[in-house]
Amino acid sequence: MEISRNWRLRYQRYKLEGTKCMDCGNVSFPPRRVCPKCGSENYATKALMPTGEVYSYTLVTSPPEYFESQAPYPVAMVKLDDGPLVSTQLTDVNYDAIRIGMRVEMVTRKLRAYGKNGLIIYGYKFRPEEAKDGN
Amino acid sequence: MSVYIAGIGQTAVSEHWDLSLRDLALDAIVRAVKDAEMDKKRIEALYVGNMLAGELAQQEHLGALIADHAGLLPIEATHIESACASGAEALRMAYLHIRSGEIGCAMVVGVEQMTDVLTPRATVGLAGATDADYEVTHGFSFVAINALLARRYMHEYGVRHEDLALFPVNSHANAVHNPYAMYRNEIDVDRVVKAPKVCDPISTFDSGPICDGSAACVLVNEESMKELGINREHCVEIASSSCATDTLTLSARDAPLVLKAARISADNAYKRAGVEPGDIDLFELHDAFSVMSAMSLEACGFAEKGRGCELAKEGQIRIDGSIPICTMGGLKARGHPVGATGVYQVVECVEQLRGEVGRNQVKDAEIAMAQNFGGSGATVVTHILRRV
Ligand SMILES: [Zn+2]
Repeated sequence: MEISRNWRLRYQRYKLEGTKCMDCGNVSFPPRRVCPKCGSENYATKALMPTGEVYSYTLVTSPPEYFESQAPYPVAMVKLDDGPLVSTQLTDVNYDAIRIGMRVEMVTRKLRAYGKNGLIIYGYKFRPEEAKDGN
Repeated sequence: MSVYIAGIGQTAVSEHWDLSLRDLALDAIVRAVKDAEMDKKRIEALYVGNMLAGELAQQEHLGALIADHAGLLPIEATHIESACASGAEALRMAYLHIRSGEIGCAMVVGVEQMTDVLTPRATVGLAGATDADYEVTHGFSFVAINALLARRYMHEYGVRHEDLALFPVNSHANAVHNPYAMYRNEIDVDRVVKAPKVCDPISTFDSGPICDGSAACVLVNEESMKELGINREHCVEIASSSCATDTLTLSARDAPLVLKAARISADNAYKRAGVEPGDIDLFELHDAFSVMSAMSLEACGFAEKGRGCELAKEGQIRIDGSIPICTMGGLKARGHPVGATGVYQVVECVEQLRGEVGRNQVKDAEIAMAQNFGGSGATVVTHILRRV
């Protein structure tokens, strides 16, 4: 059930922790120990702003194994306000209402389960910013 | 030192429920040995390109396995995995080892058996080409990733689905006369656009099928060609080979709509072969998805950024056009048995350069290029082949 593998990713999944290069300032998500821009190994961890906009989106109708019960579901690349693109599911939204450029914010949701009695993985998804007005 | 392809073999791409991975590999190897008219005892090393046997069949260690079942023991044998670029990368490894002078004759086989499992299982396997922790755990399929790319491409460049659909239409038209192709039927733009969506905007006709297949090549240097009594006229020279890499995920790229590794891989291949894009008579590109065809043409210097579809609209990608692509059906219609695809592409280039393909023959073809992608252009292997 890969408990340690998922546990290692807790700061990324729960608070969108990436890295910032201490030499050139480049921000990365997922975290990188070597800066893809300047090659520096001098980095600090950084929890990224949980907001951004939709860069592209689609609807998964033919899902991978273990995601059958969720299908169809929208996935997207979200351009975070801190710079990086993040690959994520969109939630709390009608697929037909999604647009490129739409403002979204991070929420914590169930990502998948390993079978009926297995581990349940939680992590980030993104929803339209205005959805919070209804709370 | 020059390296030549002395023999080729391929299995018709299909759903081969009656053939195992080892049967498929053997079939292509036997055909390649026969085509080279050589003694298989002279093969010094075997390179197996395969992506999914570990994931789908719990079978690793394919080098020794295939060497055994092909009757090639105890020669050196190894398995190369670079996602969907495994086939071309296996060919490149054979090429490099011959160039090094270590060996004189090598067998390359690309093989994939994907239809033993149900689609959701195969979908997980294929998604192994991208980041398991940051995309697959979030429910991303490989088609989804290409759909994200297609949507953004259409958005930024004002391209319509009808424009991208011209690529699968071309691939299907060319597959009609290829006996090894999976889909030997013509389709039109309307059929592509109106087909059910796998991942909006990608329809079932924008993407290559899940299928089984194998293809093989015998590689030799000048000395082995003479020693083995191989007919020089029958050989095609590998003018250059190159490989470049990029991030596994599109999200990690500054410009997801530019296939940077494809550009670098092609530029290096042109330079090493001493040719320019204008010298290429046919181009077997990686049309796993319609949008990839457009972006490949742009990355390799045949079209400006965002203008790949123009070549299709003008008919330039057809057999009689200025840059014929997917001349035997491409990944879309010949089929895309992932780890075998890169070898199929090269086998088809050899057939074209030998002038053996009949109705699909590119007239006076001298120089052919094959480009094989692992993932969304994260590994890009380019080969330029020249008529001897
Ligand atoms: Zn840096």
